[in-house]
Amino acid sequence: MTFAGNDQPTDNAAGAGAGAVPEAADGAGAAARGPVRVFLVDDHAMFRTGVKAELAGLHDDRLDIVGEAGSVGEAVVRITAEPPDVVLLDVHMPDGGGRAVLDQVHGTHPDVVFLALSVSDAAEDVINVIRGGARGYVTKTISGRELADAVVRVAAGDAVFSPRLAGFVLDAFAQRPGTEVRDPELDLLSPREREVLKLLARGYAYKEIASQLFISIKTVETHVSSVLRKTQMSNRYELSRWATDRRLV
Amino acid sequence: MQKLTPDGLPRLQRSRSGAVLGGVASGLAGHLRLPVLWIRVAFAVLAIASGAGVVAYALLWVFVPQAAAGTADGSVRPPSSRERRQAVGLGALGLALLLIASVLGLTGSLGWILGPLGVAAVGAVFIWREADDTRRARWRRSAAGFVTPGASAWWRLGAGVALVVGGLVVFALSQFDFAALRSVLVAVILTLVGVALITIPWWLRLVRALGTERQERIAERERAEIAAHLHDSVLQTLALIQRQSENSREVLRLARGQERELRTWLYGPAGYATGATFSTGATGSTAPQVDTQLASALATAAGEVEDTYAVKVAPVVVGDAEMNPGLGALVAAAREAMVNAAKHSGEAEISVYAEVEDGTAQVFVRDRGKGFEQDGIDPDRRGVTESIRGRMDRHGGTATIRSAPGQGTEVELSMPLDAGADKVDLRKKES
Repeated sequence: MTFAGNDQPTDNAAGAGAGAVPEAADGAGAAARGPVRVFLVDDHAMFRTGVKAELAGLHDDRLDIVGEAGSVGEAVVRITAEPPDVVLLDVHMPDGGGRAVLDQVHGTHPDVVFLALSVSDAAEDVINVIRGGARGYVTKTISGRELADAVVRVAAGDAVFSPRLAGFVLDAFAQRPGTEVRDPELDLLSPREREVLKLLARGYAYKEIASQLFISIKTVETHVSSVLRKTQMSNRYELSRWATDRRLV
Repeated sequence: MQKLTPDGLPRLQRSRSGAVLGGVASGLAGHLRLPVLWIRVAFAVLAIASGAGVVAYALLWVFVPQAAAGTADGSVRPPSSRERRQAVGLGALGLALLLIASVLGLTGSLGWILGPLGVAAVGAVFIWREADDTRRARWRRSAAGFVTPGASAWWRLGAGVALVVGGLVVFALSQFDFAALRSVLVAVILTLVGVALITIPWWLRLVRALGTERQERIAERERAEIAAHLHDSVLQTLALIQRQSENSREVLRLARGQERELRTWLYGPAGYATGATFSTGATGSTAPQVDTQLASALATAAGEVEDTYAVKVAPVVVGDAEMNPGLGALVAAAREAMVNAAKHSGEAEISVYAEVEDGTAQVFVRDRGKGFEQDGIDPDRRGVTESIRGRMDRHGGTATIRSAPGQGTEVELSMPLDAGADKVDLRKKES
């Protein structure tokens, strides 16, 4: 798998992905390319209907739901037939769950961005889809407005870290006695990245992190993308353990 | 109406009508659909074999239930005098045969062979009688395999027959060569081993059926447990939500509480709360709940605030530590900060982040609400912030509160891990 470009946020994304505060996302950059085409994968028809209704109710011209699928097989066929911009991916599904969709699509269609969506925020599930190539993770209790913002942000090339995901990653990269570091480039977080992650875990939006640390929003985004890349590529025991000790309920 | 067995035979009952002695013979005749005379003759003839007929009659009398009175079958029809005479005559004949056989010394010989076989047969009959439909079908299939056996079945059958025949031969030889007792024992053992070999498939099936049955029972119990839990929690909450549907605040509160409870149940320690909730009741006396780990204590506190004030509190914990009085004070202060945010901020979501690093536990409680001017706050809020500060100071920690109108509020609490331990030691010295 290649992750080329992951650590270089798209230029016009800076404004669109400004942070979790709704009014901060002005959408100017995204609107220039037309609305983000969103594809929905969830085995619960009721949930798909709910998400569609909620996103439609926002009258947000930044996104457009172009399709949906109720199973892993259906999702793979439809996504590869007509690749959307962003796939909202349920983690828990029969036949391997969201990870199976990622494994079958991500390698051949690196342009399709995945945002995982799940009721479970257990570490195993979160880390597993992130390492499978998802650009972000949100829980299903997220509000429609926040979900729309998250979709726009990942479409622009940024990563979406929920506070809990930030907590997991901090935990996984924590320096414990006897931790093996094979590749410092991937297995360690820089002090700045840790600071950014801690503020994310405390519930700060990107804009708030930027003003707190006296850096630009774009720098914050670069740090988060870099952390995402390390989370995906690192061979740290904690990460591979979470990714393999997988429970499907 | 006669009750039928799954094979379509009338159920075996001692009949009331036509009974001369116990109704055994006429009941058996009804069950096997044979003339009652044949049955009586069979009992009489079997009496030759060291009284097997007599014993069989007695056993059946004891174990076979009598037909219920009042049913068509149970209506009492006394036997005709001819039938009665016939029956008594056959009974006398049977007793006579028994006596003759014992006088001639035949009792031992036939009895030793027929005894074990008879016991095995009676056992098999009882098992068959108690078995249900599916099990009988299974046994019939295995019996079919027995009638058209494969190679191994042939070997087994051959060995079994050889042993039975061997047993009989040893017995026959004993009449001339061996000491009677020993040879009889050998004969019985060989015969029994032969019978056991021949019936191996049935025993295996029986053991396997027992195993499957136990597994099914375990699975069924687990299913019932899950169903009971879902019923007690999720269904009850859904019912409450439907009744409270006008009150969106209450609906939210119920849904969040239920979600938290279900997550803990499903994912346990790794789930919603990063630590299990124990009720050992020893440590952390100042904590609102008796949790032994910081993460679980904080999750409990957050859950309580969520339930009481209908706000969303999402605790994120990195690292963990064993509770001590200092951390107990930290959790209590964090809880107060959460309550404060829930009551005054006007926001429905509170972020809680805790980390244990370099010997210090830190908790951040943050809301995006209306905030306040730090100098000009009303006495009520000042009291709360002072109580947070005071609590932390007393245990060697610090509290920093950052807020401005329209900027939300963040409370930063910091407690050294060993601070509480020192306090304990001091108190011990004092007392």
